[in-house]
Amino acid sequence: MQDERTELLKLYRQMLLIRRFEEASAKAYSQGKIGGFLHLYIGQEACAVGTLAALEPRDYVVTTYRDHAQALARGTSARACMAELYGKVTGCSKGLGGSMHFFDADNHMLGGHGIVGGHCPIAAGAALASKYRGDGAVTVCFFGEGSATIGAFHEALALSALWNLPIVFICENNEYSMGTPLSRSLSVHDVSQKGPAFGMERDRFGASDVNEVRARMQVAIDRARNESKPTLIEVALYRYRGHSMSDPGKYRTADEIEERKKTDCLLVAEGKLGALGVTEAELLAIAESVDAEVEDAVQFAEASAEPDESLIEAFTYAPGV
Amino acid sequence: MRELRYREALREAMTEEMVRDERVFIMGEEVGHYQGAYKVTEGMLAQFGEKRVMDTPIAEEGFAGIAIGAAMVGLRPIVEFMTWNFSAVAFDQILSNATKLRQMSGGQFTVPIVFRGPNGAARQTAAQHSHAMETFYAQIPGLKVVVPSTAADAKGLMASAIRDDNPVLVLEDERLYGIKGEVPEGEHLVPIGVAAVRRAGTQCTIATWGKMVPVSLEAAELLAAEGVQCEVIDLRSLRPLDHGTVATSVRKTGRLVIVHEAWPYGGPGAELSDRVQRDCFDSLRAPIVRCTGRDASMPYNKKLEELTIPGSATVTQAVRAVMAY
Ligand SMILES: Cc1ncc(C[n+]2csc(CCOP(=O)(O)OP(=O)(O)O)c2C)c(N)n1
Repeated sequence: MQDERTELLKLYRQMLLIRRFEEASAKAYSQGKIGGFLHLYIGQEACAVGTLAALEPRDYVVTTYRDHAQALARGTSARACMAELYGKVTGCSKGLGGSMHFFDADNHMLGGHGIVGGHCPIAAGAALASKYRGDGAVTVCFFGEGSATIGAFHEALALSALWNLPIVFICENNEYSMGTPLSRSLSVHDVSQKGPAFGMERDRFGASDVNEVRARMQVAIDRARNESKPTLIEVALYRYRGHSMSDPGKYRTADEIEERKKTDCLLVAEGKLGALGVTEAELLAIAESVDAEVEDAVQFAEASAEPDESLIEAFTYAPGV
Repeated sequence: MRELRYREALREAMTEEMVRDERVFIMGEEVGHYQGAYKVTEGMLAQFGEKRVMDTPIAEEGFAGIAIGAAMVGLRPIVEFMTWNFSAVAFDQILSNATKLRQMSGGQFTVPIVFRGPNGAARQTAAQHSHAMETFYAQIPGLKVVVPSTAADAKGLMASAIRDDNPVLVLEDERLYGIKGEVPEGEHLVPIGVAAVRRAGTQCTIATWGKMVPVSLEAAELLAAEGVQCEVIDLRSLRPLDHGTVATSVRKTGRLVIVHEAWPYGGPGAELSDRVQRDCFDSLRAPIVRCTGRDASMPYNKKLEELTIPGSATVTQAVRAVMAY
């Protein structure tokens, strides 16, 4: 009981941190302090947090341009993440990557990637390396259902299954790829059905309960680690914001969004915490500490230096003989 | 004459051609219900319906290939890439199919198709979303590659591209979509392969294309204030490449600066330089200089991005260097 309480409090704090972090980044974006594309994960937090809670430090994480949550849940500091959004040299990619390209080698975060589906083979490659070395690590690869029509995704699945790679493919099905609803993007709406076609195990569940996400992911991660077998999982979820900050989201109604917010992962977690005896005052204290952490990250990003011009070419090649 | 925005001019050309020719249709991501990721196709779904304004899932290789197949047997598709960056996923379809079918079949099949979308850096979209793809495409025999820089050319080149019986790439620019200019009403065709002199001058020729045209014109203004008169040539088409117009200008000015956003290694700028030095060797008073994007992947940081792409300051510097030679 005590463990369950402590664990859930930890995950709840992570989810809240991600939400507040992204709300702050949306504000900074509208003030012109962040540029380029900014894709928010708000509403989907339980998926990244639940999955990453089931991982070990040696494991690898690969995801799309909607990558803030994965980095934060993997342990990249809010400071390094916010500084990256601000394009500062103290950012997790030195200000060269921006919102879509968070990388953190120390935490085995292999990046946020901008080409839809293009990162799926890379993830399979990390899994191949683990198998090659026998290091026992597992790779998890996140992507939207929009990836499920592109070749790179299918090739990554085909080879991972053929070669029994220790990987979990996680389709975050938020029902819209940009403004395109499932009815215009997929002939079969359940993306996990593609697993069996490759002889791959599959699973499918929702992401409002972070504990359930973790438990279900654990099964697939154990399969990858212990049996070196891939799994394709579809997680049903919903993004509350537009595809990116420049999307007014005219393709869905306010009612639809309000309806989905009723099963918000933070609400669900708060209910569970209440049942475990966590008081309002404790939740408030968490919120205050999260707000302080985000505010500190913003201050840090504001105060940090821009990358020097010399960094334009600095990372084109690895130094060598 | 009435003014249109660049994106409206593109739309007007597509709309007029679709009215004129039943075989023309458009497909791409978010072109229909969403009204276009950059609103180029706004309103077209309502006018033509889902049969002729087809929303596609994210499957560039698939829908590019499907459009090529449809073109082989008589349709005339327009394929929108949300941005040209994503055409890399479909590159094989363009390289190995669209441009090869006619030759491989001994002339039995033609591929009348247009691929279009915004090209090059937008604003801080970082390394994977800032490619100036003309560097690759202009190399391929069988393709035509046009780069409109004004609203009038956006209409005229698009219309010519649609009527052309070959695969034509129209490289647009997100930063130009909003610019306004006079655009002729009704049929307006700009021939593919003819450059335009945008500013007359006597001392140095600047040859450029796409969004580097306004940048070069701005530089020419600054230089005029210093007493240097530049002639600015908008190539408009990179394949075929109208080096003749540039050579004529260089015979007068004796100097050439080529400005482009793409990487310095190879590409249409290097091709132009090669042709002009052979055509005008005796007229050149200074080496031909290229003012290009830096030889690096695009950084996200705003200042670094600005330093990576040529701006009017870098262009003026290049011209001054050529003048001082
Ligand atoms: C190959 C490719 N084509 C198009 C795009 C433009 N694009 C970026 S995200 C996106 C929608 C992706 O939707 P989905 O996979 O469902 O993920 P979500 O954004 O919902 O997380 C599109 C079309 C791209 N980045 N890469």
